[in-house]
Amino acid sequence: MIRLFALLLLVALPAKAEEIVLGLSRDEVAITATFEGSDILVFGAIRREAPIPTDSKLGVIVTIAGPEQPVMVRRKDRRLGIWVNTEGVEVDAAPTFYAVASSGPMKEVLRDVEDLRYGITIPRIIRSVGALVDDSAAFTQALIRIRAGEQLYQVLEGGVTLDQDTLFRTAITLPANLTEGDYVAHIFLTRDGTVIDDYITTIPVQKVGLERWLYNLAQDNALLYGLMSLAIAIAAGWGASAAFSLLRP
Amino acid sequence: MQIYLPIAEVSVNIFLLLGLGGIVGVLSGMFGVGGGFLMTPLLFFIGIPPAVAVATEANQIVASSFSGVLAHLKRKTVDLRMGTVLLIGGLMGSGLGILLFNYLKALGQVELLVQLSYVVFLGLIGSLMFVESLNAIRRSARTGRAVPTRRRHNWVHNLPFKMKFRVSGLYISVIPPVMVGVLVGILAAIMGVGGGFIMVPAMIYLLGMPTKVVVGTSLFQIIFVTAFTTMLHAITNQTVDVVLAVLLLVGGVIGAQIGTRIGVRMKAEQLRILLAIMVLAVCAKLAFDLLVMPAELYTLGAAEGLA
Repeated sequence: MIRLFALLLLVALPAKAEEIVLGLSRDEVAITATFEGSDILVFGAIRREAPIPTDSKLGVIVTIAGPEQPVMVRRKDRRLGIWVNTEGVEVDAAPTFYAVASSGPMKEVLRDVEDLRYGITIPRIIRSVGALVDDSAAFTQALIRIRAGEQLYQVLEGGVTLDQDTLFRTAITLPANLTEGDYVAHIFLTRDGTVIDDYITTIPVQKVGLERWLYNLAQDNALLYGLMSLAIAIAAGWGASAAFSLLRP
Repeated sequence: MQIYLPIAEVSVNIFLLLGLGGIVGVLSGMFGVGGGFLMTPLLFFIGIPPAVAVATEANQIVASSFSGVLAHLKRKTVDLRMGTVLLIGGLMGSGLGILLFNYLKALGQVELLVQLSYVVFLGLIGSLMFVESLNAIRRSARTGRAVPTRRRHNWVHNLPFKMKFRVSGLYISVIPPVMVGVLVGILAAIMGVGGGFIMVPAMIYLLGMPTKVVVGTSLFQIIFVTAFTTMLHAITNQTVDVVLAVLLLVGGVIGAQIGTRIGVRMKAEQLRILLAIMVLAVCAKLAFDLLVMPAELYTLGAAEGLA
């Protein structure tokens, strides 16, 4: 009886007919003094025991999300002839970076229901509740538009190359103005727009070396940092004056 | 070559920063101004967050004015007593300015406050200087000799708490210098400038100080006010970017050297009218941004409690 149960379990276990095997070109991003942004290559294969099913369409979606932060979105309006900030909406959580790449048009590789469930496309990942303004949607759209303009939000439809329904790869460019934190790479495998497998891995993004040291000092020991900045300024000023008088005796 | 600024959290071209520092340095060497009023808006234009630009510029001014004051001390053209009185007012103003800055930052209006202060003060000083130097050029063209200066007696001389300022040759109340100091301190905190372009005319026209001690004394008190402002910004906002400051400094020091050499070859009135035109140009650009509908009506900022 137990044997039979075990056998049944074994048969039932590989419920996933297709699974993601993943590789990353780098498992961390270091922000150094000469940091100009970084390319992350996400690649992998689809492991399966059975032959490739032909009755449905395979899709791969790769997302990379930066740490979430609340954001204040303000709108300018004309008051007394000049443009000033008037209304504001606080968005409760929005990733500081978000890239979504897919192997085909988003409508074909992902159904709306699945998007709602997993939160994959950009409008789905921004949480804004309790806004006191009538057109709070306009504020969320503005947030997406501004961040997209700075390459912080990227939609790369067709950005994932899928070879023979087995190998996939995509390159995602991280811009230079990154916020530190753990970046989450989330890979979804879909069949006819339904998610059949997903895989999560984190990529830490951190300032290193001098950048790290200065940033930490400024945050944790502001007094010392301020004094250090002043000391540098005074020394530079004195040095300049000394150099001047050497040049012109 | 790009460099990542640790506090501003943006990546900028290192030569662009050195160049900006250099150009502003040339101008400050030519005209004897700190150049903060030019540098801070330029930093906005290249994408440095306004809060970081203002705080970092204060730090840079410490360096340039310290360098300047050493030269003036050698020539004994610093009124330390007057400088100290101005400084007391300056520190009070600086504290007030930071309070105002942080209050408006929470309201999301800090950008407006900074821009408005620039437009108003640059416009005012620029036009005054323009008219004044135009008159000077016309006068010298007509008569060809300097106009004798008169020592004026106005309301400033009727206030209590009089004090003797030997280097300036003045015996006046301490109230006006303290008031001037407060005003400049507030501006230093809000605009990220030393305030020399306001301090200098105020000292000449309001306090009646002799021109030769004005620049040195103004620089002397600016060091302390901007140092204080830098500390306050560093402690309350953590927005002083020392990497940015150093890059601007290097360019600025070299530029100032070149600027001083150009400056000695030009006539004072010509210099002043050029400076006035430059001040008015910056003012016009900032006013234009406020009056014309921006391309993007929305801006992003840190949420409250996070700042």
